[in-house]
Amino acid sequence: MKSAVVVFPGTNRERDMVRALERASGRHPALVFHKDTEIPPVDLIVLPGGFAHGDYLRAGAMAARSPVMREVIARAEAGVPVLGVCNGFQVLTETGLLPGALLRNAHLRFVCRTVTLRVENPQTLFTGRFAAGETFDTPVAHMDGNYFIDDEGHRRLADNGQIAFRYVAGGAPGEANPNGALDDIAGVFNESKTVLGLMPHPEDATDPLHGGTDGRKLFDGIVEALA
Amino acid sequence: MTEITPEIVAEHGLTPQEYDKVLEILGRQPNLVELGIFSVMWSEHCSYKSSKRWLKTLPTEGPQVIQGPGENAGVVDLGDGLAAVFKIESHNHPSFIEPYQGAATGVGGILRDVFTMGARPVMNLNALRFGAPDHPKTRHLVSGVVAGIGGYGNCVGVPTVAGEVNFHPAYNGNILVNAMTVGLAPADRIFYAKAVGAGNPVVYVGSKTGRDGIHGATMASAEFGADSEEKRPTVQVGDPFTEKLLIEACLELMATDAIVGIQDMGAAGLTSSSFEMASKGGMGVELDLDLVPLREAGMTPYEIMLSESQERMLMVLKPGREDEARAIFEKWDLDFAVIGQLTESGRMVLRWHGETVAELPIDPLAQAAPEYDRPWDEPEPAVELDERALPAEGDPLGALERLLVSPDLASRRWIWEQYDHLVGGDTVERPGGDAGVVRVAEGPKGIAATVDCTPRYCLADPRSGGAQAVAEAWRNLNAVGALPLAITNNLNFGNPEKPKIMGQIVGCVQGMGEAAAALGTPVVSGNVSLYNETDGQAILPTPVVGGVGLVPDVALVTGIGFPGDGLEIVVIGATQGHLGRSIYLREILGREEGAAPPLDLAAERRHGDFVRGLIHGGKIAACHDVSDGGLLVALAEMALAGNRGCSLAVPAGESALAGWLFGEDQARYIVVAEAALPILEAAEMAGVPAQAVGATGGSELQLEGYGHTSLARLRSLHEGWLPGLMGGDLVGAAE
Repeated sequence: MKSAVVVFPGTNRERDMVRALERASGRHPALVFHKDTEIPPVDLIVLPGGFAHGDYLRAGAMAARSPVMREVIARAEAGVPVLGVCNGFQVLTETGLLPGALLRNAHLRFVCRTVTLRVENPQTLFTGRFAAGETFDTPVAHMDGNYFIDDEGHRRLADNGQIAFRYVAGGAPGEANPNGALDDIAGVFNESKTVLGLMPHPEDATDPLHGGTDGRKLFDGIVEALA
Repeated sequence: MTEITPEIVAEHGLTPQEYDKVLEILGRQPNLVELGIFSVMWSEHCSYKSSKRWLKTLPTEGPQVIQGPGENAGVVDLGDGLAAVFKIESHNHPSFIEPYQGAATGVGGILRDVFTMGARPVMNLNALRFGAPDHPKTRHLVSGVVAGIGGYGNCVGVPTVAGEVNFHPAYNGNILVNAMTVGLAPADRIFYAKAVGAGNPVVYVGSKTGRDGIHGATMASAEFGADSEEKRPTVQVGDPFTEKLLIEACLELMATDAIVGIQDMGAAGLTSSSFEMASKGGMGVELDLDLVPLREAGMTPYEIMLSESQERMLMVLKPGREDEARAIFEKWDLDFAVIGQLTESGRMVLRWHGETVAELPIDPLAQAAPEYDRPWDEPEPAVELDERALPAEGDPLGALERLLVSPDLASRRWIWEQYDHLVGGDTVERPGGDAGVVRVAEGPKGIAATVDCTPRYCLADPRSGGAQAVAEAWRNLNAVGALPLAITNNLNFGNPEKPKIMGQIVGCVQGMGEAAAALGTPVVSGNVSLYNETDGQAILPTPVVGGVGLVPDVALVTGIGFPGDGLEIVVIGATQGHLGRSIYLREILGREEGAAPPLDLAAERRHGDFVRGLIHGGKIAACHDVSDGGLLVALAEMALAGNRGCSLAVPAGESALAGWLFGEDQARYIVVAEAALPILEAAEMAGVPAQAVGATGGSELQLEGYGHTSLARLRSLHEGWLPGLMGGDLVGAAE
């Protein structure tokens, strides 16, 4: 599987993502800068975490309008799979590639800790390695992860299998839902399930030193689906 | 031109004697720009004039030291061509006035000190002191400081992996915010501030210069009074996004050989950075202030030179390399301007609108910086606590519960969950343990770091307290399996012009020096913050030590949590039951008195080496040092971290139960292993006291003969206090 990781000014989890992708695919992803207008031919485009453009104005708002995103949107519309993690998820909602919005955490504080996720739809190219209802642990680290969508949009997500992951109670201390997200939603797909955005960081749960390797299933599944 | 009156001199924080020296150096009256430059260069903050005499006594050398004090940060060798670059720095005064920005820019400043030297920052730490939990300002300050530290560190993408927090009424009017950064650099590519080569271009990069933070260094060199709130405009505003770009751009340029010298613009901004670079190289410098990128029109030379706008750096490049450097900074959307050049004149010449607005001799100004041998009082010896007169402890588990909800021992989770402690994917030990650990260069090596100080000991006995801070850092590093390499220090005290305070400074520095020498951890960088007083009320003496150690293999790192059932628990080090100045004495008996626990540096070294050896040999499954709150608190922390209970037997003959359970004797660790016997035998061989005290297992903490308490209950108490306080539960706070 060939992949590209997009780097905006302020992106800071690109190294974590590159290592997770290397571990799963055995290949070094191409790094694409925000000012680039072309992306090499790849099987997967990843928008990693961070604070693109400082999260100024609104998390993801400026990044969504950067030169490289025109190409990302075009590729996504042509069916190339796109994964957005944390800030990348925020960028994807700002471009309209994913529905809904990420609001400030309900408690108004940044939150970094382990959460437990439940896989809501295992029949996608991203989640093929998981069983329906399977749970796994990953860290979160964000200020604006409070997923919101209007009632009608919410219904469409649920009906169409677009809810990817929900926060559920697990072993780690603290509330199951770390940010007040609507319906405990941690990640969503687009209608065709070729674009996935999620707030947690599966890339930071791929090495025994991370305290767990649950995130590998996601990356291994993607490689399996796209190889 | 403004007439320089005695009032203006006083407003600039210069004494009449210091002003006479200015006149002598210049041979004329300074203008306002020049006076401003003298003012900041000779401020306590920049010149260390009260502390220098004593700082010189600290051990600073060792085979592992690549760079000691005097540069932007200290540098130690990690082997394999790698070096750790680190320093701690205070942002106390600004954080009290404007907690979010004060703390945020403290983090930004210390990050710059580290990447200026060519290192990529890999971990942040912080040491915080707040006033009484029920003081009306405390919640506002805690909330703002924590959000500010997180807001900056999270955005730049450097994990915040460890720290410490104390609450005490002595900090009601002066909180302490000490931030530390550790970076990783190639050992043979360290960048220094020294500027050489006449004609070489002086280059300004980063953010534009605004009017923020003018005279911050002078503010940080005076006591607070009733008007401290009015000093808000002297606090800088941080922009972590620009800092992130600056890190990337600087490191990209540093991969070339275009840079001669580089220095961040911290306290006293353009003045101190240009001055220090020229001074270190024995050069002169000419700057054209019209070329400085400005945020707003109409700024005067005085404002340009004294602005403390953040995220700015000054570099001297090799001639002809400007375009290559400019391209990198423009790629990252940062300002880049050649604003002057080095000269042979030995003078600083500032031009603006075609005129010379300041001309100062560099060397005399730097050499003549005041240095005081301030009078100091020998601290009075503390009166030993009569422990036999203390009431017998009839309910030790009840006391444990009260300790776990006390301000200095309650869980800090509410704080560190606001810090991204995982970004980078290399965090091995998360906050909540003895030291933070990150893997470096894809492993197996790692760097461990910790920040430590016990101000209540320093107040009782400055010399012993200063040494204890070094010893505790040593212990915390050993406890994760790191070889302690060196330390950085942040000396936070009151007004040094008072002999009593000066006596605390002298004592703490002496003790720190003795311990640093005995434990082989030289002081390689540091910072001094004096005048932490409000209306004559000083803080507790707080000489914070930041320790850095080398982990040879991160797979061997031990955490504090009990990792399994049926493991045996061994206490390394002798338990004498010293209760003077302990948290137990303060929280349970309401007394802050007695002597600090005695410190035996030879035993400290022996025990530390022994424990580290056990960890490297894979002989133990968990380790925790015994510090605040004593043995039972340390065991409870291990049980909570591992979510596993334990049973504990008080050894026969321990008549003073409170002292055995809650005493704060030094040089102790708790280790956990499959079997106690081999550990006890090895300890005996090494001449290290060791005692088997119990075993892990179950969901309760059992104290034979005194009952048990559930982990669930302990957890809810321990985890509940700080969220309760910050959520407005002042009843809980008063407990």
